Amino acid sequence: MNLEAVKSIYFFEMARTRRTLLQSVVSPVISTSLYFIVFGAAVGSRIQEIEGVSYGAFITPGLIMLTLLTQCIGNGSFGIYFPKFTGTIYEILSSPVSMTEIVLGYVGAAATKGMMIGLIILATASLFVDLSIAHPFVMLLFFVLTAVTFSLFGFIIGIWAKDFEQLNLIPMLVIPPLVFLGGSFYSIDMLPPFWQAVSHFNPVLYLISGFRWSFFEIADVNPVVSLTIIIAFLAVLMGLLTWIFRTGYRLRN
Amino acid sequence: MAPIVSVSNLVKTYASGFQALKDVSLDIEEGEILALLGPNGAGKTTLISIICGIVNPTSGEVRVGGHDVVKDFRETRSMIGLVPQELTTDQFETVWNTVSFSRGLHGRKPNPAHIEKVLKDLSLYDKKDNMLRELSGGMKRRVLIAKALSHEPRVLFLDEPTAGVDVNLRKDMWKVVEKLRETGVTIILTTHYIEEAEEIADRVGVINGGKILLIEQKKDLMKKLGRKELRVDLQEPLSIIPETLAGYELTIEDDGHSLIYDYNTAGERTGITTLLTALAEAGIRLKDISTRQSSLEDIFVELVGARA
Repeated sequence: MNLEAVKSIYFFEMARTRRTLLQSVVSPVISTSLYFIVFGAAVGSRIQEIEGVSYGAFITPGLIMLTLLTQCIGNGSFGIYFPKFTGTIYEILSSPVSMTEIVLGYVGAAATKGMMIGLIILATASLFVDLSIAHPFVMLLFFVLTAVTFSLFGFIIGIWAKDFEQLNLIPMLVIPPLVFLGGSFYSIDMLPPFWQAVSHFNPVLYLISGFRWSFFEIADVNPVVSLTIIIAFLAVLMGLLTWIFRTGYRLRN
Repeated sequence: MAPIVSVSNLVKTYASGFQALKDVSLDIEEGEILALLGPNGAGKTTLISIICGIVNPTSGEVRVGGHDVVKDFRETRSMIGLVPQELTTDQFETVWNTVSFSRGLHGRKPNPAHIEKVLKDLSLYDKKDNMLRELSGGMKRRVLIAKALSHEPRVLFLDEPTAGVDVNLRKDMWKVVEKLRETGVTIILTTHYIEEAEEIADRVGVINGGKILLIEQKKDLMKKLGRKELRVDLQEPLSIIPETLAGYELTIEDDGHSLIYDYNTAGERTGITTLLTALAEAGIRLKDISTRQSSLEDIFVELVGARA
């Protein structure tokens, strides 16, 4: 294992994050505050508690997931796409670094940044609502697994993307609808039966549901099923990545 | 002594069907400077990219220091430094950080003393805290060399190192290459500039259409293929070459004021003495005589032109 290389990539990526720290931190804090003002205060005051949880608290896990997914996919994809775009990828490819080490460096940095922002959202949320976490270790498990899985997903998007339009296609057009329709702001029990059934095809539902369960012990689906779904998605991504490494798809051809 | 780089029957066909390398074989000896000459699309960069691990070969074998570049990639890539053709840099990084990053990528522990030495050797030390975007093109080129040297490689690939660089900087770069050679680093450079190969290379390879056309010691190549030209300036211009001189295959230049005679120095007889006698017998009065050795450029054009 070339640990020096993993460290180099990781810290190089984190240095990029440090350079844009203000933008990285202030922007999610402002948008989260706006969500709480609009949904928590304005709309939430007219909505009854959901299964004994105030509406403001209920939407917190969904908001954290929304940010975590967006940040991890964005960081994971940009991290590998940027060297491809500028041409500096030659250095990574000609170094004595295995693809596993490349992934550890890039995905590790993307997940770290995503989790940092996620924790900032959690801290911001706690300024607006009373929050308690029923199962901190389960919460941490969902949090870390989701960050790693979606950073890996972003990494694959970054390898696949040929231009900035493709790079932003999934993070901008696919992820937000999935998160919004995945029960971020409501319980799917509030939907008509047909849309409840449709929602079960949305993978993000399982992430939000499991994550919310770790806070309030309320869930749209069994948390074990949620965990299984995340692990299954992670396994699919790792399989895809193995194929990419073996063939050199869009990297070594 | 076993070659430091050995390429055997290398073939690369891209997904588009374009065959960039067609059964290329060559050996590179430790400590030498090899210049690979070739026109655009000849296959130079593909060859380097495969040796360095950036591009997968379709078939064939490449060994560096006795190790296979695919199976033993850690060993081979640790030995190699690569300076790419394009000025590809992280614009928002400092010189020091980007060079240190390269060292780390190659699995080497941080060594500020070595990084300092490399930067000083390349006259970059006073720019160590500058961001790359603040540097000139020539400075960026030096940073790429510093990055390639950060992990103390045994083999250095310079892909068009002086492309788009002004004459002074090009000469500076040659000095850098010369200094590197003194440290024992094997250098393989691709270039469009024949004078560059002529100036610094020990051996010259010519590649075109994905094939190595020849690879020889520069001196031997110049001797073997080098032709000389005798230029005879006349007192009175000639409109046609007299019948008695037809066997010399002379050409007329400068509106008849000069006659050009090509001869091969490797030949037993150059024909100069008989030509001068024949000129005198034909009553042609001479003003001046000069000779010119054909350059590597002439040889290159002749080779590539003949086999295109």
